[in-house]
Amino acid sequence: MAIFADSSTRVVVQGITGRDGSFHTRQMMEYGTKIVAGVTPGKGGQKFDDEVPIFNTVEEAVEETGANASVIYVPARFAAEAICEAADSGVELVVCISEGIPVLDMLRATRYVRDHGSRLIGPNCPGMISPGETKLGIIPGQIVEKGPIGVISRSGTLTYEVVWALTQAGLGQSSCIGIGGDPVIGTSFIDCLEAFENDSSTGAVVLIGEIGGTDEQNAASYVKEHMSKPVVGFVAGQTAPPGRRMGHAGAIISGSAGTAEEKIDTFRENGVEVAERPAEMPKILSKVMNG
Amino acid sequence: MNIHEYQAKEIFREHGIPVPPGEVATTPAEAEEIASRFGGGVVVKAQVHAGGRGKAGGVKLASNAKDARKAAEKILGMEIKGLTVRKVLVSPAEDIAHEAYLGAIVDRANGAVVLMASPEGGIDIEEVAAKTPERIFKEEVDARYGLLEHQASRLAFKLYPNDASRARQAADIIDKLYASMIDAGASLIEINPLITTESGELKAIDAKLNVDDNELLRKEKIAELRDVESEASEEVKARSQGLTYIKLDGDVGCCVNGAGLAMATMDLVKYYGGEPANFLDIGGSSSPEKVVTALEIITADPSVKSILFNIFGGITRCDDVANGIVEATEQIELGVPITIRLTGTNEEQAVEILEDAGFSAMTDMDEAVKKAVELAKN
Repeated sequence: MAIFADSSTRVVVQGITGRDGSFHTRQMMEYGTKIVAGVTPGKGGQKFDDEVPIFNTVEEAVEETGANASVIYVPARFAAEAICEAADSGVELVVCISEGIPVLDMLRATRYVRDHGSRLIGPNCPGMISPGETKLGIIPGQIVEKGPIGVISRSGTLTYEVVWALTQAGLGQSSCIGIGGDPVIGTSFIDCLEAFENDSSTGAVVLIGEIGGTDEQNAASYVKEHMSKPVVGFVAGQTAPPGRRMGHAGAIISGSAGTAEEKIDTFRENGVEVAERPAEMPKILSKVMNG
Repeated sequence: MNIHEYQAKEIFREHGIPVPPGEVATTPAEAEEIASRFGGGVVVKAQVHAGGRGKAGGVKLASNAKDARKAAEKILGMEIKGLTVRKVLVSPAEDIAHEAYLGAIVDRANGAVVLMASPEGGIDIEEVAAKTPERIFKEEVDARYGLLEHQASRLAFKLYPNDASRARQAADIIDKLYASMIDAGASLIEINPLITTESGELKAIDAKLNVDDNELLRKEKIAELRDVESEASEEVKARSQGLTYIKLDGDVGCCVNGAGLAMATMDLVKYYGGEPANFLDIGGSSSPEKVVTALEIITADPSVKSILFNIFGGITRCDDVANGIVEATEQIELGVPITIRLTGTNEEQAVEILEDAGFSAMTDMDEAVKKAVELAKN
């Protein structure tokens, strides 16, 4: 068991012939991901590495191969449209790795995905991995291990750091989800928390946040109200400078400065234990899981 | 990307939002000349990418051209939150009967643009929002349809419930503000205050507009508004190489891949008793050239006493970083000790490259940070 994707997930890669797309498709196949199709408009009929059929459109790929998930590596200016195309073709899980998508485009794309009943992870994220089952994205396969910890994170390399610390301490993972660092994303901390709560293979959850916004605060109250499984948090950016903030709209809309301190306090007030540094995470997890 | 008030006002003008006239001066003499042409009282405002200008003394009223010159003398060259003021905007002083607030932002919690208005505009708007949130009115825009006319009208009548003439003017301004936001690719746009003059006219006497950096590739005209002179020069240099650099007050120079890990590294420096000298993210696919630039920027900072590399290889290859470090040290004298931690993709090759060049490499983040902090104290 895992959340969102497992060994049965059939994956189409959008942008499979690009530099990043081809490199990471090979990495995913090596990990055991079922890559059933690729999409590059104009290259339909060809094969990727003599093995994976390439289609001009996602719709054809889905019809011909039964793909039910997609991973997107296309350049930023095509990425929002690629997300919509996947959703329109009935793909249930869309993972968008591409970074640099204008936020105004994402407002439309996230709405579109929701209206079509699909789930979007990202954009600007490392994707997800369910150790021993499948990986959709770019999380290095060698740092994970199958086990009971669910991991949710807004960042990339910081996720690797924490996951690697868990693996070294013998704490394997059920699924690791990088939800992405952009202001507007498809899947929130809360969506992942809900999925982990309902996943029988997950015993505890690690939530890696950072400064900015109020996602962590909202996640903290969700944990208090709806989670029976223990959650341990980490927030990066305690030493980040307050900056030369321009305009008042941000503070008015959220009623919050989004500082690490505020997030850590909210975690603790809602029963989420907080690791002060990544290396401390395994010890706290072991404690809350045995307590 | 931030743009200046005078640039935002130009965008407002193009969209038909009423804005008072104004011209930019870079010297006190120019400010005097502009003020004498306008005649009467003027306001002289610092053009700088920092909030809290007014409270820092960067906005002054002048009753005549001579006073405008004196005001410009005081403001030009002034430092506001570490940034030097190089330009002032000179505009005729307005008679103000009322101040309202209008703003729009991408609300991450709802994944939508939210327009906000308050009849209690001015510099204390955040306090209004905190203490009397019922005085802030909002309209959420559905991205499928854009801002609908009735939404603009509804918001406008919240501002001026007893004055249909002003409410109609406001509805028109709200509509044009939203259009400006979309056209400019802004993530935030603000009029504070939106004034009513004694004769009942509405005018935007201040303007703020933050552009989403991801829009710059497709909005060339907006990208040209970047005022490189008003930004810190190291930050500009870093950006040209695809790096993100922010100078801080400490003495441990940090070079990390990924923003989250970079922040966590800085936090750990502090945890072990040190102070980070900077935030520096070399980004995802890092070439040796990027690493060279990163080291040039860090070593140019005289307060750095110890350099720390923290690399978790994923897309970033550790051997690329190692090659960059070796290359950089052939070109520049570091002058301070360097601590290198790297793990992940191509770690073995990286360690070999570094050891051949006489460096040692660590794999544990905590140990590396502790060492870098200690070295900064010696």
